[in-house]
Amino acid sequence: MPRTVRDVVFVDGVRTPFGKAGPKGIYHETRADDLVVKAIRELLRRNPGLDPKKVDEVAIAATTQIGDQGLTIGRTAGILAGLPQSVPGYSIDRMCAGALTAVTTTAGSIAFGAYDAVIAGGVEHMGRHPMGEGVDPNPRFVSEKLVDESALFMGMTAENLHDRYPHITKQRADEYAVRSQEKAAKAYANGKIQADLVPISVRRTNEEAGETGWGLVTADEPMRPGTTLENLAGLKTPFRVHGRVTAGNAAGLNDGATASIIASEDFARENNLPVKMRLVSYAFAGVEPEVMGYGPIPATEKALAKAGLSIEDINLFEINEAFAVQVLAFLDHYGIADDDARVNQYGGAIAYGHPLASSGVRLMTQLARQFEEQPEVRYGLTTMCVGFGMGATVIWENPHFENAGGDK
Amino acid sequence: MSTTTELLKGAAELFPDEVVTQAHVRHFELPAGAGRFALITLDNGLDHTKPTTFGPQSLANLDTAIDQVEREAAAGEIVGVGITGKPFIFAVGADLKGVELLKKHEDALAIGKGGHEVFKRLAGLAVPTFAYYNGAAMGGGVEVGLHCKYRTVSKALPAFSLPEVFLGLVPGWGGCTLLPNLIGADKAVSVIIENSLNQNKQLKGQQVHELGIADAIFEGADFLEQSLIWTASVLKGEIVVDRPVIDRGDAWDQAVAKGRFIADSKVHGAAPAAYRALDIIAAAKNGDLQQGYDAEDVALADLIMGGELRAGIYAFNLVQKRGKRPAGAPDKNLARPVTKVGVVGAGLMASQLALLFLRRLEVPVVLTDIDQERIDKGVGYVHAEIDKLLGKGRINQDKANRLKALVTGVLDKAEGFSDADFVIEAVFEEIGVKQQVFAEVEAVAPAHAIFATNTSSLSVSEMASKLKNPERVVGFHFFNPVAVLPLLEIVRGEQTDDASLATAFAVAKKLKKTAVLVKDAPAFVVNRILTRFMGEIQNVIDEGTPVDVAEKAVEPLGLPMSPLVLLELVGPAIGLHVSETLNKAFPDRFTVSPNLKSVVEAGKRGFYVYGSGKPELDPEVAALLKQGDTVLTEDQVRARVLDAVAQEIGIMLDEGVVAEAQDIDLCLITGAGWPFHLGGITPYLDREGVSERVNGKKFLEPGVASVPA
Repeated sequence: MPRTVRDVVFVDGVRTPFGKAGPKGIYHETRADDLVVKAIRELLRRNPGLDPKKVDEVAIAATTQIGDQGLTIGRTAGILAGLPQSVPGYSIDRMCAGALTAVTTTAGSIAFGAYDAVIAGGVEHMGRHPMGEGVDPNPRFVSEKLVDESALFMGMTAENLHDRYPHITKQRADEYAVRSQEKAAKAYANGKIQADLVPISVRRTNEEAGETGWGLVTADEPMRPGTTLENLAGLKTPFRVHGRVTAGNAAGLNDGATASIIASEDFARENNLPVKMRLVSYAFAGVEPEVMGYGPIPATEKALAKAGLSIEDINLFEINEAFAVQVLAFLDHYGIADDDARVNQYGGAIAYGHPLASSGVRLMTQLARQFEEQPEVRYGLTTMCVGFGMGATVIWENPHFENAGGDK
Repeated sequence: MSTTTELLKGAAELFPDEVVTQAHVRHFELPAGAGRFALITLDNGLDHTKPTTFGPQSLANLDTAIDQVEREAAAGEIVGVGITGKPFIFAVGADLKGVELLKKHEDALAIGKGGHEVFKRLAGLAVPTFAYYNGAAMGGGVEVGLHCKYRTVSKALPAFSLPEVFLGLVPGWGGCTLLPNLIGADKAVSVIIENSLNQNKQLKGQQVHELGIADAIFEGADFLEQSLIWTASVLKGEIVVDRPVIDRGDAWDQAVAKGRFIADSKVHGAAPAAYRALDIIAAAKNGDLQQGYDAEDVALADLIMGGELRAGIYAFNLVQKRGKRPAGAPDKNLARPVTKVGVVGAGLMASQLALLFLRRLEVPVVLTDIDQERIDKGVGYVHAEIDKLLGKGRINQDKANRLKALVTGVLDKAEGFSDADFVIEAVFEEIGVKQQVFAEVEAVAPAHAIFATNTSSLSVSEMASKLKNPERVVGFHFFNPVAVLPLLEIVRGEQTDDASLATAFAVAKKLKKTAVLVKDAPAFVVNRILTRFMGEIQNVIDEGTPVDVAEKAVEPLGLPMSPLVLLELVGPAIGLHVSETLNKAFPDRFTVSPNLKSVVEAGKRGFYVYGSGKPELDPEVAALLKQGDTVLTEDQVRARVLDAVAQEIGIMLDEGVVAEAQDIDLCLITGAGWPFHLGGITPYLDREGVSERVNGKKFLEPGVASVPA
């Protein structure tokens, strides 16, 4: 039978506000599955053109797939969200790039013709499921020196990246972090973020954490507007004595969930769904696990090559800020200034937080908003580093660009 | 200290064991920039199996929370106030344990006033108030929401009611006054009177919205989020809540009249609560809320100090607690598993039992009888009933297939019962026949199998006496209609062992029956009391009192039906048979009515004709009656009947037929439908002085089903 590769589009994306993991965090008494279920429900409410019966797949990522993030959360979340029983679902894990992989994997299936429309997202409740919960690394990793011992500790890999690029100093990382907080605060002030947040009701029974009873979360908890270089200078470097990585120039430990609708462009148009971004290419790449923050560079190289584009064609970047050093390594590689206006216009994970497997869709949602406001931009990319030495990049085309959809 | 504070402090001292509900206040920004909001969460700190209630300390906590939001509202620090509950529970109203402890009218009045004074403040805040019915809401829980300006309800809400009238109270924290003013008298009467008197029927979220009690409804998955988004829209004026205008004309009076008709048909004027509630609803027509609240306070206090409520709470606790933990039942760990059930007989009763076992136990059920035709008919009945359930959507096709495959019928007992763990017989009520049946079953059934008999009047011990293993026999006496009446009298024969008895109780629990342990005594509990009761009615008729006077004499009890209508339902022939059995056992107290005998001999199946729409004595029956010339008044008849019942219960307790008077009442409520406001019967006999007149003492200690001393 003849096959036609179909264009795949990002229809819409939402997320819960992100919270701080831990006993005083806003989501401490909230289940992980409830977070992603509420995101899915909001997505469906916002897009009444999408008949829930026509959702072909629910792909939900989580790094720690046990407890309320286990039980094939893509399937259980679909049922809990009220999707028809006929809609299937599955779980995905590529650590930090989980939601991003949920998007690309289903997008590949859409292009192939297996699906018309899917829900793709991710969730990570790092308070209920701390990093490393239940892991059991094969002893051969160490005995055969397959990876350095630091590879399992993301903060150490960030210190390693500083070692590799001595010119990326703590000062530069801190300056980058301050800008991230400033840009995020400005984005909030300008209402760029709130429209894509799903309000979440939260219960608190622990008086030490604050007022008890039911509350409503409508904003990200981790943000620290007004952060100064002086504030950051004194922070501890928990991963290495006299190190460079601090809680201030890295993303924190967070709770949150995201969800998006990905569809074939034809399906979206036929069903009057918005077309916010058009998928151009995507790529994943592996690097030495002990400098996993380098991952976005080879992944982006691959994605650009597949798209037949060069870095100069990309005019908006959404780079996940797991660590400032990892963003700076990427920017240095491509000769982009630390404060380039095309990069993370709304700030990044250093301000908003990074609930591992959920973050990929946050990058896309923010890039989609920027596309809408900047029709002069044709291409943008979302990229992130991934634990155990990987990078992930997706290149998107702006459908609002006047000549979009023409020659690629 | 405000008066409310003092009022509640005094009340709290009377109730030191209150499970206290906290009223947490939490602040946050509403979506869409609608402003800062204060949300009160009612939470007793326990999980959903211990629903949140309002005792005096709980009300005081809510009062304190309202102090705080009142200040904030007045200072312009918040734009609105909401109230909701812990997961799955909004609040289920007043703590009945606290009500039971009240001894003085003034204390009862304080509880009513205390609730009003606190709840009323919600309506008086300087900002709009919102109730979010997230889960089960009953009584005072419903009422606290009614004092708010707006309400939302969860589609997943499983139970919503004003059950006060069911218990013997009125919705007295604003319910009687506010509900008709919100949704009109007709719908309010349905909720407050009709649902309550209809076995405390509960509303679901959808109905709460359709009735207009809630202004908006949202799905359970994100109920609170959507309620708060809705709240933001209301506060910003984007949503205007438009409620239909209430008809305050004739419709109001008609609704109250309808309520009185319903109350009459259910309690026949015998219990005051429904009528007190209707009086307040009638008066609420003028829209004067404070006048309504005052009337509620008085009604509540009167009822709390009255015997009907105490009996109602007693009855409620019997059914909810004692009914679930039967007195005298052996250790449940002794129970043996029941993986296959045999039914001897395939007649109507046997088939009904087969259906019940099948549906509740979901194990193979085998029917046997003396010929294939009867067996086919019995299995056919069960299949047809399964199809009916399927047709009504109560079960799906898979379940129907499963159940049908589990029921079989065989002629050969050896084939059917060789691996049965539990065999119940429902054959002809004749001791020789039953002994024969059990002997045949014992020859083929496994050694561990329990034999149960559904006899209503024969001796279980005698039935077992000829067996090799008589310790395996128990009485398992159901009440007709088996699917409707919850009672199961479990009879311990002289030789019944603990394991068999424990198995019987375990099976009863799976059958969802209310099991009561009964000694092997003639006619057990319900039939013995009903027969004594009926016998005395028949006696006075036979002696010369007109039938209608005898019937009317017991109307003030509010029984589900008159004695002769009940006898019609049972069947005069069966009634006669039981009275003969008991006459043989206790000839000094149980008589056999010659008039009943002639009615049965004439082949009459009842006493009344219903051609005119109202029951009238069948002229053919009237012609059969041979009466004496002693004509009693209604009061005299009632005294004789109640004396007889009190005497019989006294004797039964002396004989040890059941452990306590409580079991007698539980049997009458669940096996004969005797009303809550009588508490079965012994609280009523105590209250009316009958017990002391007949037996020289009360059945129950003061405070058990009455105002404590």
